Amino acid sequence: MSGPLSPLDRPNSYIGRTVPRPNLERLVEGRGTYVSDMTLPRMGHVVFVRSPYAHARIVDIDTGAAKQGEGVIAVVTGAELVEQCSPWVGVLSHLKGLKSAPQHAMAVDRACWQGEAVCAVVANSRAQAEDAAELVQVQYQELEPVTDMRTALEPHIPVIHAELGDNLAFERSLDAGEVDKAFSEADAVAEAEFVFGRHTGVTLEARAVLADWNPGERRLTVYQGTQAPHMMQNIFAKHLALEEAQVRVVCKDVGGSFGIKVHVYADEMATAALSKRLKRPVKFVADRIESFVTDIHARDHICKGRIAVKQDGTITAFAIDDLTGIGPYSMYPRTSAIEANQVVNLVGGPYQARNYRARARVVFQNKNVMCQYRAVGHPIACSVTEGLVDLAARAIGMDPLEIRSRNLIKDDAYPTDSPSGLKFESLSHHASLAKLKQMMDYDGLRAEQKRLRRQGIYRGIGLASFIEVTNPSAAFYGVGGARISSQDGVSVRMDATGAIIVQTSLTEQGQGSEALTAQVVASALGVTLDKVRVILGDTDNTPYGGGTWASRGAGIGGEAAWQAGKALRMNILEVAGTILQTVPDMLDIDQGVVVDKGTTRERIGLDEVARIAYFRPDTLPADFQAELLATRHYVPRQYPFAFTNGIQASWLEVDTETGFITLLNHWCVEDCGTIINPQLVDEQIRGGVVQGLGAALFEHCRYDERGQLTNGTMADYLVPMASEMPDIEVGHVVSPTLESELGAKGAGEAGTAGAAACVANAVNDALEPFDVTITEIPLTPSLILNALGRRGG
Amino acid sequence: MGKHVITLMVNGESHRLEIEPRAHLADVLRDELALTGTHIGCEHGVCGACTIRVDGAITRACLLLAVQAEGAVIETIEGLSDSGEIGDLQDAFRHRNALQCGYCTPAMLITAQDLLLHNPNPDRATIRDHISGNYCRCTGYQAIVDAVETVAKARQTAGERA
Ligand code: FES
Ligand code: FES
Repeated sequence: MSGPLSPLDRPNSYIGRTVPRPNLERLVEGRGTYVSDMTLPRMGHVVFVRSPYAHARIVDIDTGAAKQGEGVIAVVTGAELVEQCSPWVGVLSHLKGLKSAPQHAMAVDRACWQGEAVCAVVANSRAQAEDAAELVQVQYQELEPVTDMRTALEPHIPVIHAELGDNLAFERSLDAGEVDKAFSEADAVAEAEFVFGRHTGVTLEARAVLADWNPGERRLTVYQGTQAPHMMQNIFAKHLALEEAQVRVVCKDVGGSFGIKVHVYADEMATAALSKRLKRPVKFVADRIESFVTDIHARDHICKGRIAVKQDGTITAFAIDDLTGIGPYSMYPRTSAIEANQVVNLVGGPYQARNYRARARVVFQNKNVMCQYRAVGHPIACSVTEGLVDLAARAIGMDPLEIRSRNLIKDDAYPTDSPSGLKFESLSHHASLAKLKQMMDYDGLRAEQKRLRRQGIYRGIGLASFIEVTNPSAAFYGVGGARISSQDGVSVRMDATGAIIVQTSLTEQGQGSEALTAQVVASALGVTLDKVRVILGDTDNTPYGGGTWASRGAGIGGEAAWQAGKALRMNILEVAGTILQTVPDMLDIDQGVVVDKGTTRERIGLDEVARIAYFRPDTLPADFQAELLATRHYVPRQYPFAFTNGIQASWLEVDTETGFITLLNHWCVEDCGTIINPQLVDEQIRGGVVQGLGAALFEHCRYDERGQLTNGTMADYLVPMASEMPDIEVGHVVSPTLESELGAKGAGEAGTAGAAACVANAVNDALEPFDVTITEIPLTPSLILNALGRRGG
Repeated sequence: MGKHVITLMVNGESHRLEIEPRAHLADVLRDELALTGTHIGCEHGVCGACTIRVDGAITRACLLLAVQAEGAVIETIEGLSDSGEIGDLQDAFRHRNALQCGYCTPAMLITAQDLLLHNPNPDRATIRDHISGNYCRCTGYQAIVDAVETVAKARQTAGERA
């Protein structure tokens, strides 16, 4: 025998193995149950009348004609619905100074963005509700909208919520080390203003909710495409004047989430309130046009950045000043200040420089609400940091890979921290960089780039190192007073045939929560995967817990599954030991059979253990009770977040005549600790990268100066399509977190964190002969032509 | 609004339906026939999630009024699953994790089958091109391309052996 086995070394373990996700047959055959597919008896369909203005007083709403419409069940105004649903304020106490105004399920006397609901029409069919909605007469008095975040704080600009005093929602400053000294002693200083467009998630299934208030049971059941059912249970109870025990949230198949579906949406609250008011099920499915003006938007930052560097390549300081506009309200309950806060936390994160100054300001504006979308803050921080590092390299004439290798935190420096106070347990920047360099053949590409340039072909290489926040503890939301669980729970039980049923508080929107839970439990127990069934997404039928967001599923829910599986194994072995009259310690379970530990000698099948435990307990000692259900919870305590790291690279070509960018290759090396299912991790990375590429090249919610979204259809808002996307090569370095036995960290957002940054760097690298630097995304052809001084091509 | 009576042949079954003339086929399949495997992502003909087969050709069901489909032979994911026609594609999608949320998947499978029927030996660029009218927000497309490529090769080999 060589060295002690890790607890993960189980016979026939599924950890680290690619196996197909359970339950996919259903989805490939079109047999899924998405909320948009569901109907209930007596169900009404709600359609919302939405404000066409970015900012307007509601003078009068005439619902008379609409109420006469065919099939109409009710027409309810925002003012009327206040009876059923109390307003909320999206603040958290640990984000000091964050303020927001009360937001209602529908606007009561003032609409604050184009698309805010002002009146609801419920009818027997959606078409009937749409017809009647046309008959609702709303008289608006248009108010001056605040749209430009750059001027939102100026004295002549109206204050959106007078009671707040100004349009500043949140501000945070940080000053670490000796920033002024570092800049004055630098050999070179580079600076730039980085501009990030607003974009949104475009989940292919729009937001959908079906609320069913049953007065007979005095219970509200909400079928919702949400990432956090227990959070929603609390919110529905709180604002609809119910006890939490009266609310059940069920989350079946969800057609994409990406952070879009982890928030409290006013129209979804209104739907639940309408069900309560009308005492019957009410369903809301956003249409695509509504999605664009109501699904949270993200990013929209203008960030000034500076970097100080020595001639030998040592980066000595970073400084940023970030500004972001969040719409008229801070979202509830996670707030819209988290992204800017993350930007402050994360800039410079991969590097050794200890001098760092940051300011972030978050302002209100009359545009759609803005909140956390996949990789929250990371793409901003990464683009600013990596853009500055490239500028510094250029200023001192150093290769971009070389400057990174001189400044990334050394792999043997852990545990360590960042100037902003982030704690790093164990990262692998240099191992990742080395792996990337080899995967992409960096030197070969540089040679090719040089050769092609002579032919007038402009290709660029872009690099982006990143860190990613995963496995958030209570430090994320709980400490700020939000009732959002950072803990997850898993129950594992053996049924009377020896099959295993698992209930987890994680949710599934395609990431593979079900698969990883099944793989972990099967491995911990010693059974085959086909014996494990996972139940999730139902507050009545799972342990209490957080759900699936912030790259927490594998690291937190996975560890709870591991511990629960182990506990049940011990319980089963106690029963088996009693039956076999041996000590449980001498036994193990392998492929569903109790064996002598360390051997494959079969002693008794789990089906037989179950049969005796459930049906012939009379044959067991009188003082012995079999417990074939075990529940465990897990939450990280030692580290507020389990940071992961990685590096991405892009190889692309810029057509300097048309401004078009062709992505040729993309690489990502990342370190998410223990990998449970390699294929699922790789596909999370790829999907995340492509969302980041969308932001880099296409995706942009364009508003005019009156606060009107001008491209709110799928035809006008561009997203990445198959033909424009490159194949993406994924590599791994594995540094497990020692905080849990499983050692897994998250992987869901790493791709999105760094993709745009390396594309922007690659574009600037390609255009180096023209001496232009572009620090704005999306990198549209016209932006590139403008930078090249070829306006209009 | 006056209703129209139409007869639709869907997945080999004939249905007599009373529908509003403005109803598009995707809504009728989903709401009247409970064929919810046909998904709706935009209702303006862009995302491809509603792709079905009408008289053998792939069609966006949100762009076709149900009344226009009178007499047509309609095949949806439910029918194509039951018949086994795309069983190998479905298997390959599952093994390659070519779906995450699965919302784009039925339409993606039908689109991929259409490609393979017309071009049994497509290269990756051709596959990417052919599915370029179908949005997938989850996968980044590569796994889908891989799965389709695998099936194309497997069908080729099977064809050669036969
Ligand atoms: S729903 Fe038909 S193309 Fe999008
Ligand atoms: S798998 Fe979610 S949209 Fe394709």
